[in-house]
Amino acid sequence: MTSKLDSKIPEGNLEQKWTKYRSTVPLVNPANKRSLEIIIVGSGLAGASAAASLAELGYKVKVFCFQDSARRAHSIAAQGGINAAKNYQNDGDSTYRLFYDTIKGGDYRAREANVYRLAEVSANIIDQSVASGVPFAREYGGLLSNRSFGGTQVQRTFYAAGQTGQQLLLGAYSGLQRQVGTGNVKMYARHEMLEVVTIDGKCRGIIARDLTNGKLERHFGHAVLLCSGGYGNVFFLSTNAMGSNVTAAWKAHKKGAMFANPCFTQIHPTCIPVSGDHQSKLTLMSESLRNDGRIWVPAKKEDAQALREGRIMPNDIKEEDRDYYLERRYPAFGNLVPRDVASRAAKERCDAGYGVNKTGEAVFLDFAANTLRYGKIEANKKGIQNPSQEQIESLGKAVVKEKYGNLFDMYEQITGVNPYEQPMMIYPAVHYTMGGLWVDYNLMTNIPGLYALGEANFSDHGANRLGASALMQGLADGYFVIPYTIGAYLSKEIMTKAISTDHEAFVEAEKNVQDTINRLLSIKGSKTVDYYHKKLGLIIWNQCGMARNEAGLKQAISDVQALREEFWSNVKVPGDANSLNPELEKAGRVADFLELGELMCKDALERKESCGGHFREEYQTEEGEALRDDENYKYVAAWEYFAGNKWELHKEDLIYDNIKIAQRSYK
Amino acid sequence: MEKNLNLNLKVWRQKNASDKGKFEEYKVNNISTDMSFLEMFDVLNDKLVTEDKDPIAFDHDCREGICGSCSMFINGQPHGPKQGVTTCQLHMRSFNDGDTIVVEPWRASPFPVIKDLVVDRSAFDRIISAGGFISVNTGNAQDANAIPIPKENADEAFAAAACIGCGACVAACKNASAMLFVSAKVSQFALLPQGQPERHQRVSEMVAQMDLEGFGACTNTGACSAECPKGISLTHIARMNRDYLAASLSSNEK
Ligand SMILES: Cc1cc2nc3c(=O)[nH]c(=O)nc-3n(C[C@H](O)[C@H](O)[C@H](O)COP(=O)(O)OP(=O)(O)OC[C@H]3O[C@@H](n4cnc5c(N)ncnc54)[C@H](O)[C@@H]3O)c2cc1C
Ligand code: SF4
Ligand code: FES
Repeated sequence: MTSKLDSKIPEGNLEQKWTKYRSTVPLVNPANKRSLEIIIVGSGLAGASAAASLAELGYKVKVFCFQDSARRAHSIAAQGGINAAKNYQNDGDSTYRLFYDTIKGGDYRAREANVYRLAEVSANIIDQSVASGVPFAREYGGLLSNRSFGGTQVQRTFYAAGQTGQQLLLGAYSGLQRQVGTGNVKMYARHEMLEVVTIDGKCRGIIARDLTNGKLERHFGHAVLLCSGGYGNVFFLSTNAMGSNVTAAWKAHKKGAMFANPCFTQIHPTCIPVSGDHQSKLTLMSESLRNDGRIWVPAKKEDAQALREGRIMPNDIKEEDRDYYLERRYPAFGNLVPRDVASRAAKERCDAGYGVNKTGEAVFLDFAANTLRYGKIEANKKGIQNPSQEQIESLGKAVVKEKYGNLFDMYEQITGVNPYEQPMMIYPAVHYTMGGLWVDYNLMTNIPGLYALGEANFSDHGANRLGASALMQGLADGYFVIPYTIGAYLSKEIMTKAISTDHEAFVEAEKNVQDTINRLLSIKGSKTVDYYHKKLGLIIWNQCGMARNEAGLKQAISDVQALREEFWSNVKVPGDANSLNPELEKAGRVADFLELGELMCKDALERKESCGGHFREEYQTEEGEALRDDENYKYVAAWEYFAGNKWELHKEDLIYDNIKIAQRSYK
Repeated sequence: MEKNLNLNLKVWRQKNASDKGKFEEYKVNNISTDMSFLEMFDVLNDKLVTEDKDPIAFDHDCREGICGSCSMFINGQPHGPKQGVTTCQLHMRSFNDGDTIVVEPWRASPFPVIKDLVVDRSAFDRIISAGGFISVNTGNAQDANAIPIPKENADEAFAAAACIGCGACVAACKNASAMLFVSAKVSQFALLPQGQPERHQRVSEMVAQMDLEGFGACTNTGACSAECPKGISLTHIARMNRDYLAASLSSNEK
């Protein structure tokens, strides 16, 4: 372990670490809180819940987001659900089991202490959300309903139809707006943070740009919390919202904050396949669909060929000629294997020539069998004797509609195909980034006073995140972790008076931002920002996507470097810096992605093993499963930045005292 | 099946809030019917940038119909001709070759134009700040299953909570009323036991803020609900009116 990385994990038993720490962490008294200012970048689940909770405690909070309202943060789009170890279903769930599933799901590349804490506070999140009016799905008895998600064998996922993120975010947002109303939070919507300000090694504020008029603003804070989300859009095509970006985290990285495990990205198995070059983003079909959808491709290549050419329809293929490959390969978990496993299995079938759409990059997700099963149950409930096939189908469809209606509608909207009649076509797409800013147990980066919460940090999901765990982590960080852990730092800052933003560090930071903007506008080249973004996305998708190898990664690094150079000499950014200029905003973000892309490939190259979402073709078992190398790679790779896109690797060794580390098996 | 369309666009261009603004015409060719309306705008903007012209500013983010950012008034209808979808979910399948499509921003004085098709909807946030919440501090909650909630109520609260805050209801209304938006939030909490303690205060304060922001009165034309991409029902307005009345009566009694 390098001395620069102190994870600050408290002593003691795993089960007691958090409780003990929480009761001993220094407190800030209410009067002092009122003079401590906290800047929060981001209003998603992590940012909104942190802002509401910290403002309730009495801190002075400023919140920034680039959308026109805090409620529109990308968290709003989360569909399937949120995990919590409530054991309401009496099916054997517990804090330990959620902890264990998360560590195993992450392929043994996450910190035990952080994950255990996450599992511990998960139940409080559900309580808090319900209390703030989040309308989760309920059973007829009036109690909360649960479903299961990939990588687990219990039902611990709470949901609100296919709009769980929306409902949770609106809950956190209403808490945030309440504090805006009381004046404890000042909200800066349509603002983009473009630089971190450090003074004497501590983080002291940010530079933000008012997107409506281009004005640069300086903001002081005793602490800064980056809750700015993930960097999946480095791939151009992803399920992330169009504006999701790495800029906030990247600026912090370039100011000295380490970036951990950048190559750990998640490719989600169930997304609507790419249909053409015009596509601006990909759409997720929630993993919850795998509860009732069976994944298959034809068992015969000629059938796949005929499907691709439109000569036959999926329903023409007889049951015995279908290959339910997940059920075949992983009988214990079947269609509910973790995401990385399901994605690779789809790629394997498609690469082998069994893909079912015109591009050959799609598999079926079929609801027919379970529609009939539900139909029969309903007919039984209703006391219908000898129901007709039609009756069964229509009763079954009603159940499916109740569970997944909005997802089915969305699918039809986009593809023009009715999924009640024909199986959906799906293919893996970039979805989530496990990597992010390195943080210690307090969620503080290695820059004192600078924190990272939610998807922006690397902390809890190791090399692969389980479904329904990102919402849990975002809210855990914001509602239940940071309000305590920030005391460890702020209790020592009570004597620090607000620093004037005329301080030279602010002046210099602002100048940096201004220079970058001027430079982007003055290139006046011939290619649009999107042109470079698409090119970068393809390089990363092909070489640092679902499968990676040494030659490809080396190639990708030099390709990204060349593309970056071309961008800075030939990009065309129209307009000026003094008005709403979305192309300029995009240009700044793509410039950062062009640096991050290189680091991702470097990290993937360095990690000579396969684990979770990181699959190195050179390291696999005979059956094609990921082959970890715990002897040499059981560490967090934290990268330190040096001017001119140079990086140094620091390793945080991962210690497993409570879990016996084993090959991950879902068979 | 996928087809290609050639279209004429008339788009509202306005440099900033103080500019008068005007329509400009554009031709876009070879638009696949598989594209979304916003992807068609991406194609147009790419062309404008390449031709050294100012691209058209519009709000968007999720492109999945859930964030509520997108807000185009298309051929006289907020979010265009198709029921139950947002602009980002509207696909070019809904148009025919040779069509002329007129695109404007939301038009309502509480939503001033910032640039082109981008408007300022911060009035909605202020209405929520005035009372659109349940006052529960973090850490105060009891066990989530301690209060069972009848499934019907939970489902109806969810249907109200599905509002994405896009503002189409305001844009659709000749009076620029925000009743549908406000009533959706009021209704969500009115249907839940957690929302009861502040029920009357909430509705009074949200309505007061709504009036302060300059939204117009509701004359029950129903245009809002007809154009709402999330199918928010007029019954919420009725529920809010009842609550509002009850709230004013009880405050008179004091
Ligand atoms: C389609 C989809 C479905 C998903 N479904 C699920 C699910 O069912 N369950 C689950 O657990 N997870 C799900 N996830 C993952 C989960 O939604 C995200 O990981 C999580 O919401 C991230 O929350 P966050 O608070 O960290 O960041 P975000 O919600 O991404 O918020 C980022 C915030 O930062 C702001 N911001 C960013 N950069 C700047 C800047 N430079 N300046 C100012 N502001 C900035 C943005 O404006 C925004 O407010 C899903 C993800 C996607 C894409
Ligand atoms: S009520 Fe409907 S139209 Fe109005 S803001 Fe909500 S979702 Fe949009
Ligand atoms: S872009 Fe999010 S609703 Fe249209």
